[in-house]
Amino acid sequence: MSQTCVEVRSEWSIVAARQAGRTIAKEVGFGSVDQARITTAISELARNIYLYAKVGEICIEKVVEANKVGVKVSASDNGPGIKDLRRVMEDGYTTSGGLGAGLPGVKRLMDEFLIDSKEGEGTKIHAVKWLR
Amino acid sequence: MEKTDVSLQEMYKSILEGYLHTGSEHALYEAQQFSRQLIKENMTPEEMVNLHVVVARELIPDLPSEVLEANDFLLEVMVGYGLAYREHQSLRDRQQQLESELAVAAQMQQELLPKRIPKSPVLDIGIKTVAADVVSGDYYHFIEDGNDHIGIAVADIIGKGVPAALSMSMIKYAIDSLPEQRLQPSALLENLNRVVEQNISSNMFITMIYGSYDLKEHKFQYSGAGHEPGFYYNHSSRQFVDLNTKGLVLGVMKKAVFKEYEQKLSPGDLIILLSDGVTECRAESGFIERSELTEIIRKYEHLSAQEIVENVYSELEQFQNFQLQDDFTLMILRREV
Ligand SMILES: Nc1ncnc2c1ncn2[C@@H]1O[C@H](COP(=O)(O)OP(=O)(O)OP(=O)(O)O)[C@@H](O)[C@H]1O
Ligand SMILES: [Mg+2]
Repeated sequence: MSQTCVEVRSEWSIVAARQAGRTIAKEVGFGSVDQARITTAISELARNIYLYAKVGEICIEKVVEANKVGVKVSASDNGPGIKDLRRVMEDGYTTSGGLGAGLPGVKRLMDEFLIDSKEGEGTKIHAVKWLR
Repeated sequence: MEKTDVSLQEMYKSILEGYLHTGSEHALYEAQQFSRQLIKENMTPEEMVNLHVVVARELIPDLPSEVLEANDFLLEVMVGYGLAYREHQSLRDRQQQLESELAVAAQMQQELLPKRIPKSPVLDIGIKTVAADVVSGDYYHFIEDGNDHIGIAVADIIGKGVPAALSMSMIKYAIDSLPEQRLQPSALLENLNRVVEQNISSNMFITMIYGSYDLKEHKFQYSGAGHEPGFYYNHSSRQFVDLNTKGLVLGVMKKAVFKEYEQKLSPGDLIILLSDGVTECRAESGFIERSELTEIIRKYEHLSAQEIVENVYSELEQFQNFQLQDDFTLMILRREV
């Protein structure tokens, strides 16, 4: 499986990550609503890297399992990490407060969501959206 | 999840088609009904926009490509609304859950209150307590020692809601676990003060009046801890006198000393104990005066103690337009013979 990776270090690279995500989502066969959802999720993850870790990487790939296909988004950085994951995943915690965006939003937009973050080491997030 | 809910799509198509043909208000009314159904089925805003785009494309075959692209643009914007919408739903669910937990807490709190009012041929007791919110910060308690004394406590936990409710159970068990000989009002308050001072955070306070009614000698010995003063009502002179309940609020100082007072009662005399929710009930015209309160009590003097407190409550409830500002507790004791 080929994957496309975008290095995130500027606002502009957020757009590049979105673009890469949209291209693959289209190829896999997602309709316009899910394309918009996947790119929104990528945006949120990339923006977090840009804001909190300064540098990192977003990779997007097509995934195939027994009888389903989907898109997998991976975000990784070696930034400061997230101290209180449980709080961060609570609705209404984000700095934008109550707008539904942020990491809980990413979790909602996608079907699978995995986050691994260590203080001082960095953050890794995997999210998958399946085509139905 | 492109909802290919065929039935919804067909419904929307026929409503929109009707509107395109007739432009009628009736079709718009159908649209309104339809949106209610969408919300009931948890359709998100971006799904709805997509549904509209798909149906519009079917109904209007030769839409300019700019319009189609503009629709995709709108879809992108609506994803954010969809997130806010879904967060709202989950917060609403959580609120419902919290509310039902609170209802259980309120139920448990009810069970902290005495199951029954002590009955005596010489003393008639009436009590009315109403929480302004789900849980209450007011508390009352009776102790029957089987020795011709009835102990009576009315307490007000400063601060509302759950913290107040939690400290109420502490008060109850602290009183219950006091040894017999400690039931002198001043000693009881000194004991409780120690418990409260040690166990409650420094920003929470409890005011209280505790009294012991001697069923043989007909005297009421009491001590107060910063509590709203009650009244003694002299039946023959028809005069009210304030009870001395000033004292120091519970939980402020480690070692507090409480003065004890005594009030003798003749047949027909009343002791009135209350929480500040009774006197601090306010309407647009301002707080009720203590003199207005005593006026109302005097008006119902001929009724039983329970009937008096019920009537006072319903008058004050009307006075403040059925919007209780604070927890309300009113207790009346009357020497019968
Ligand atoms: N990659 C990351 N590295 C370090 N900290 C992060 C990272 N991503 C998120 N965080 C921390 O987690 C918090 C929550 O992130 P989240 O994206 O949910 O909300 P937000 O960025 O504060 O607000 P918004 O709703 O605008 O995205 C952030 O405030 C930040 O402290
Ligand atoms: Mg963010």
